[in-house]
Amino acid sequence: MARNAFLSLTLALAATATWAQAPAAPSPERATQLIRMVRQDCGSCHGMRLTGGLGPALTREALAAKPADYLAAVIIHGIPGTPMPPWSAMLSDAEALWIAQQLSTGFPEERKNPAP
Amino acid sequence: MKRRSLLSLAAGTSLLAGGCASTQPAASGDAAPILQGTGDLGVVIERARGALTLVNTSRREVTGRIEGLGDLSHASVVFSRDARFAYVFGRDGGLTRVDLLTQRITHRAMQAGNSIGGAISADGSLVVAQNYTPGGIKVFDAATLELLADVPATMAGGQRSRVVGLADLPQRRFVYSLFDAAAICIADCSNPRQPRVTTFENIGQQPYDALLSPNGRTYIAGLFGEDGLAMLDLWDDKPQVRRILSGYGRGEKPLPVYKMPHLRGWAIAGRHAYLPAIGRHEVLIVDTGSWQEVGRIPVAGQPVFVMARPDGRQVWVNFSVPDYNRVQVIDTPSQRVVQTLEPGKAVLHMEFTPRGESVWISCRDDNRVQVYDTHTRELQGTLHVDAPSGIFFTARAQRMGF
Repeated sequence: MARNAFLSLTLALAATATWAQAPAAPSPERATQLIRMVRQDCGSCHGMRLTGGLGPALTREALAAKPADYLAAVIIHGIPGTPMPPWSAMLSDAEALWIAQQLSTGFPEERKNPAP
Repeated sequence: MKRRSLLSLAAGTSLLAGGCASTQPAASGDAAPILQGTGDLGVVIERARGALTLVNTSRREVTGRIEGLGDLSHASVVFSRDARFAYVFGRDGGLTRVDLLTQRITHRAMQAGNSIGGAISADGSLVVAQNYTPGGIKVFDAATLELLADVPATMAGGQRSRVVGLADLPQRRFVYSLFDAAAICIADCSNPRQPRVTTFENIGQQPYDALLSPNGRTYIAGLFGEDGLAMLDLWDDKPQVRRILSGYGRGEKPLPVYKMPHLRGWAIAGRHAYLPAIGRHEVLIVDTGSWQEVGRIPVAGQPVFVMARPDGRQVWVNFSVPDYNRVQVIDTPSQRVVQTLEPGKAVLHMEFTPRGESVWISCRDDNRVQVYDTHTRELQGTLHVDAPSGIFFTARAQRMGF
């Protein structure tokens, strides 16, 4: 229930004030995993190039009006009534915020030649 | 690096072999190098590279590689009636016709902004793409990829719906579902420049994919927005949508769905249909006589593909993240999971050889395709493919709904 409240637009917008607080950046290994996860697994719905599909586009342009805290909340809690699931079982709050910030600034490409 | 040189070597040798047999270099493409059938050919999507790996299922080897197909996330493929040409539908709206024998792109069109698949008519003359952006279907001449008709999936407010679950029906008809409009449509393309669309409304919330039964009689759309499925008996004089399995999870809290299940697996075996339960670690068993639920099989994660081996004796299941290193085999007479395999990291797709003696499994994060004997479940081979996703064999050319 607290989750739904957190999702509410008002709170998400209010949270914009705090998004300058950078979370601890993930380790390089974890960052690689997260980038792969977003490209490949979130890509099931949002497209590998994040241009959208069953889920909306996640390009920098498409997300221009969405604060990173709001995006992080959506990642962690999902959006009830839509196919967007909560990813809290697989991501920490800090990782979600890091992903959200990366999305807001244009998401990194995967490294070439990933693990064999 | 090593992987790629191996691939190009494999591709090179088959061309070279052809080149030796003719006076012209094979690269000129004019002379058919060797006589060859297409029944044991197929393609594997390399989603990250926008490429296709061409394979031979008798020799279990890579025969070639084709690049330049754009964004192939969620790409799908249909085949021409003669099983020579593959039509590849890319996420970015690219539609590409590939000649499996000369290993070349023959035609390519950017037909939409965001697309997830397509179908081909029984007579092989029409290829139809299903699109998210702009929502609707487009009808193409299969020989030239000339656009014949653009059929928007229009909703009440004039907005367009995303299209899912497209399948071909007899008599140049196509059936599909509208994710945003709770509707199923049948487009009669007997006059392909002026399709006539029949719409069935109020079929249930958010149809996310659909399947056509192997005999073409039954179209079933899975519903994301509610527990249940929408079914259309296409042999009725006046087909009507029936809701089946309504509220199959009543009183249970659904789990988060990390990936939409795919229904187009021919998961009809004998008199039962096997369907992925959405938001549950279960495969539902439905009696196709009564369309009632007759059982559920607990499985290792959220099912994505629930696919019957062509003879119906087994059903193979793969799973969404985080359980996508596993594949489970259900024995249909006993309706039990009889084996759990771990083919590799991130299993995305499975494809049976035409008579089901082998199954090919794409392991995206291990950059390989694993081939198993379906009877012994022993590994028969491994092919190195860059981030493989969908696997499509030419036997699909002879199946309705594919």
